[in-house]
Amino acid sequence: MEKCKQIATQIRVDSVKMTNAAHSGHVGSMLSMAEIIAVLYEKILNVDPKNPKAPDRDRFILSKGHAAAGVYSALAQKGFIPEEWLSRYYCDDGKLMGHISHKVPGVEFSTGSLGHGLPVAVGMAIAARYAKSDRRVFCLTSDGDMNEGSTWEAIMFAAQEHLDNLILILDYNKIQALGFAKDIEDLSPLADRMENFGWAVREVDGHSVEDLYETLSAVPFEKGKPSFVIAHTVKAKGIDYLENTVESHYRFVPDEKIDGVIAKLRGEVK
Amino acid sequence: MRAVFNKTLLEIAKKDPRIHMVLADIGFGEIEPFRDTFPERYYNVGVAEQNMTGVACGIAMEGNIAVTYSIANFPTLRCLEQIRNDVCYHDANVKIVIIGGGVSYGALGMSHHSTEDLAIMRALPNIVIEVPCDNYEAVAATHAMIEHNGPFYYRCGYKGEKDIHSGPIDFKIGKANTVREGNDVTLMFCGPIGSEVVKAADMLKEEGINCRIVSMHTIKPIDKDAIADACKNTGGIVTIEEHNIIGGLGAAVAEVIADEALCPKAFKRLAFPDVNVAKIGGQAWIRDQYGLQANGIAESVRAALKK
Repeated sequence: MEKCKQIATQIRVDSVKMTNAAHSGHVGSMLSMAEIIAVLYEKILNVDPKNPKAPDRDRFILSKGHAAAGVYSALAQKGFIPEEWLSRYYCDDGKLMGHISHKVPGVEFSTGSLGHGLPVAVGMAIAARYAKSDRRVFCLTSDGDMNEGSTWEAIMFAAQEHLDNLILILDYNKIQALGFAKDIEDLSPLADRMENFGWAVREVDGHSVEDLYETLSAVPFEKGKPSFVIAHTVKAKGIDYLENTVESHYRFVPDEKIDGVIAKLRGEVK
Repeated sequence: MRAVFNKTLLEIAKKDPRIHMVLADIGFGEIEPFRDTFPERYYNVGVAEQNMTGVACGIAMEGNIAVTYSIANFPTLRCLEQIRNDVCYHDANVKIVIIGGGVSYGALGMSHHSTEDLAIMRALPNIVIEVPCDNYEAVAATHAMIEHNGPFYYRCGYKGEKDIHSGPIDFKIGKANTVREGNDVTLMFCGPIGSEVVKAADMLKEEGINCRIVSMHTIKPIDKDAIADACKNTGGIVTIEEHNIIGGLGAAVAEVIADEALCPKAFKRLAFPDVNVAKIGGQAWIRDQYGLQANGIAESVRAALKK
């Protein structure tokens, strides 16, 4: 599990550097999902950088596409893309745009507008079943993504189809674009809601690689039901002055702070 | 036409296990044979067009062909962003089929009219747009749709359309079909309104005006050669479509004329004006209110040629 922790730390460091260089937003969204992405790519997803289109690979869709940089970091660490690409994130004629893109090796699907990932994941899960393949489809969603009607359309249909090869993970940092989710579109009681919608639900500390590994290794939680993982997280986790703030959706770490922030993320200073 | 479409798709699906149908709870009396023949390739997602399109895209991303199907503008406008971001951007092999283009559903009202679809779908990169005019084109276009690898919009008619072609035709995406030769003017149309165009041409023939009649069944990519030829060798072009005047067939033809610096001797677009069609009545009656039945078309052609 140490390796997962290292990957998560590197996702944070890369995300901070990339958004700083690009003067771009969403660093808080990248940091809250760092352990989820690390565990998925290191321990859970059956994917191979040498054969990124292998037919029976697991599929992963980042439905919160604005956190793309965190996935790009994982893809670079796993050897899907050259590390040099990260330094040209968001640049003119670069290879990595602000929202996740299927033009990048290792990325299954482009998103960016919310509410798109889960319906497509459902279609992919149906196709896996039709192909009689054991591959799974993982989709990572966010508070804002869970506001979209199309997400709920897909939630209902996935249960109707008994898609137990589908796993939806919520990076539940409880903040969305204009404030705290509870003040905008309160998802709670979320586990009850999703269970009533026909999903098998587990809650987990989204910053514990051990808990994430144990939970994600246990899918499907129930035969004949899609699995829903509520990963409780903290937005901008690891940058104390940005943690749990709406601002972390917009602000990048400025030059004067970046060395201190990265040293802290790496555990070099307390 | 919808019956012919469904029958043809079913026949193709018997030989092609990649074909899946993804519905949004529409198709009573038409889709049951597909459902009963291929239950493992049939999905009704409920009344949820965004999910229909997203699910279809996911199925298609895995090497299948997914057909979405509903009436009027439900499978296009309601889920436009899924078509743009998911289907077109990913070049997914999704076929978007509507039943009842234009005002086929007449008195059901404007919510059930598809009168802006061509303009809106035409503005999306990477999609083919087909508007078959009769059963012969409907069959051919269904085959072409499945053979084409990539996003496809198929604007089907409803029921009871008259045949315009006299038999099976040579059909190619992007290649217009000439229904009748003539030199005085070219009537370019798309869809079942073609039967009114033929009637108008018959009236004009009695007056000594010989119309070339061209079915522009592919709106995108548009047949530039057919437009250039009509400009060069006939007395002008009149376009006829069951669609808002903005952005449909007439606009597509006008764009080619402008871009290629063609000089038709006369040019007129016949379509619904830029209004919400709120008149209550059947398809023929509504068309007639806007000069889109044979008499009105003939009158507009005369006027265009007099200028």
